[in-house]
Amino acid sequence: MSTEVQTRTQRTSGRPPKVVRSDRARAEGRLGWMLAGPAFVVMLAVTLYPILQAMYDSLYSYRLTAPADRKFVGLNNYGVVLTDQVFWDAMGVTTFIMIVSVVVELVLGFALALVMHRAIKSLRGLLRTAILVPYGIITVVSAFAWFYAFDINSGFINHWFAWIPGVENLNWFAHQGTSLFVIIASEVWKTTPFISLLLLAGLAQVPTELEEAAEVDGATWWQRFTRVLIPNMKAAIMVAVLFRALDAFRIFDNVFIMTNGANGTRVLSLLAYNTSISRLEIGLGSAISVLLFLCVILICFIAIKLFKVDLASARGSS
Amino acid sequence: MRAMSTKLKVWWAVITVLVLVYALLPVLSIIATSFKLPSQLNLGTFWPKTWTTTNYEQILTGSAKDLFLPALRNSIGISLISTAIAVVLATLAAYAIARLDFRGKRLVLTTALGVSIFPVISIVTPLFNLWRNIGLYDTWLGLIIPYLSLTLPISIWTLAAFFRQIPWELEQAAQVDGATPWQAFRKAIVPLAAPGVFTTALIAFFIAWNDFVYGISLTSTSAARPVPAALAFFTGASQFEEPTGAISAAAVVVTIPVVILVLLFQRQIVSGLTQGAVKG
Repeated sequence: MSTEVQTRTQRTSGRPPKVVRSDRARAEGRLGWMLAGPAFVVMLAVTLYPILQAMYDSLYSYRLTAPADRKFVGLNNYGVVLTDQVFWDAMGVTTFIMIVSVVVELVLGFALALVMHRAIKSLRGLLRTAILVPYGIITVVSAFAWFYAFDINSGFINHWFAWIPGVENLNWFAHQGTSLFVIIASEVWKTTPFISLLLLAGLAQVPTELEEAAEVDGATWWQRFTRVLIPNMKAAIMVAVLFRALDAFRIFDNVFIMTNGANGTRVLSLLAYNTSISRLEIGLGSAISVLLFLCVILICFIAIKLFKVDLASARGSS
Repeated sequence: MRAMSTKLKVWWAVITVLVLVYALLPVLSIIATSFKLPSQLNLGTFWPKTWTTTNYEQILTGSAKDLFLPALRNSIGISLISTAIAVVLATLAAYAIARLDFRGKRLVLTTALGVSIFPVISIVTPLFNLWRNIGLYDTWLGLIIPYLSLTLPISIWTLAAFFRQIPWELEQAAQVDGATPWQAFRKAIVPLAAPGVFTTALIAFFIAWNDFVYGISLTSTSAARPVPAALAFFTGASQFEEPTGAISAAAVVVTIPVVILVLLFQRQIVSGLTQGAVKG
């Protein structure tokens, strides 16, 4: 656009184009901030302000049950949280859920993306519609669906799989391992469509000539997959993984509905909720909130510095 | 060759059935549960032995009516308003990002990205305290404001990506014809951008509709509690009865409109986005 403006001004007036352009640039900058400013301010107001407030509150011993006793304690709340085994247990469970669900989603999402990519046109529409169904389901509804399916009283899973030794009378939500299995299953079911659509977009960007050339050269299906497709989709894969990892790290709904943190399934978000909202310990809850926020930043930092994920470009192109 | 294609057909049929089972089984299971008699919930069968609409009567006209209907109204109202605000703000911002050259463009995009990965629970504690002090706790506005942290960033990203694909020569033509940048935006671009804005609104609405953390943390009564939060507080018809049937019925009621929207959303993507931009 600027070149067109430039040639037009050169045609119509004798002034150096640079001055005209900077005038225009200034007007454009003003308009840009007039249009983008409100959204920018609102985004800061709804996140930056609360997190600063949480940082401030985390320095005080502050319970809503005894607001008059509020006093400055420095970093004491962080000391309490970080030396509490409950926090580290929650950290462990959260990390476990994050890693397992992201790995499963990546494999499953890739399979779905390849299926949609290869499917003939008439099937592709059907498949895409089908896998968009989980995407349109509320997480809480997904949690209830999976919970009722596995529930020892009302569920059908124990009946269907009664032939597997030990399943018929298995109370899935009485043990840590089996609870986490169902929680992760619900999480994976609901979010794999998102990951597979991101990967499908990545697949579409791999030039077909590359694959054809590899095929002509006698590469096996697996070689084409690992040597041609994956290296050419690295950006799409990394972005999908990072987004899902951050999302899984904040897991709350599935755990709250299915176990409410019982039997060693309490995740960090639930711990923060229990501390601030249920027990009204604003000081301690704020400290956990800030720590959770720092964990998310750390994950991002690792992804961007170590794995060189270029979030902006990949997200914008998809 | 013929045998090969038959084999391939079988192969694709198997894959399709697997994908359909994967996608639909949990949904079918909650639909089936919603039609079970409360006394037959523990039979362990997938489909109901006796089909009944008892659970739907309970949430729409019966004892759970006062829990479910206000929650439904809250969810629709709060999600729609926060979506509308987000889409208006994001449309302006995304236009500026896609079209104009100004300093801070990357800052706006990076901020949107940062906000979208922000852990919701970290915002909830300070808001819980603040809302109680200034009277926004358990009100619509008290949820609409934090919902913007969910709906606004995704709207900006989606719209910015969409706006980059619009044939901008039309805007240039309008400007050459003497329109101001604002007129060019309103007259030439808005009609072209409408399908993208609509799609973005749907995505933002889903995200607001899906919220649970804000919903249970910042409300306490049916004055503002949205459906996902209300589901967690359902109780049975009597204290000896599990609310399984009522929850399933409510889950189906809030799921079906969204699934219908997903189907419309697909058609929107396929024809609306591509053809709408060309045909205007």
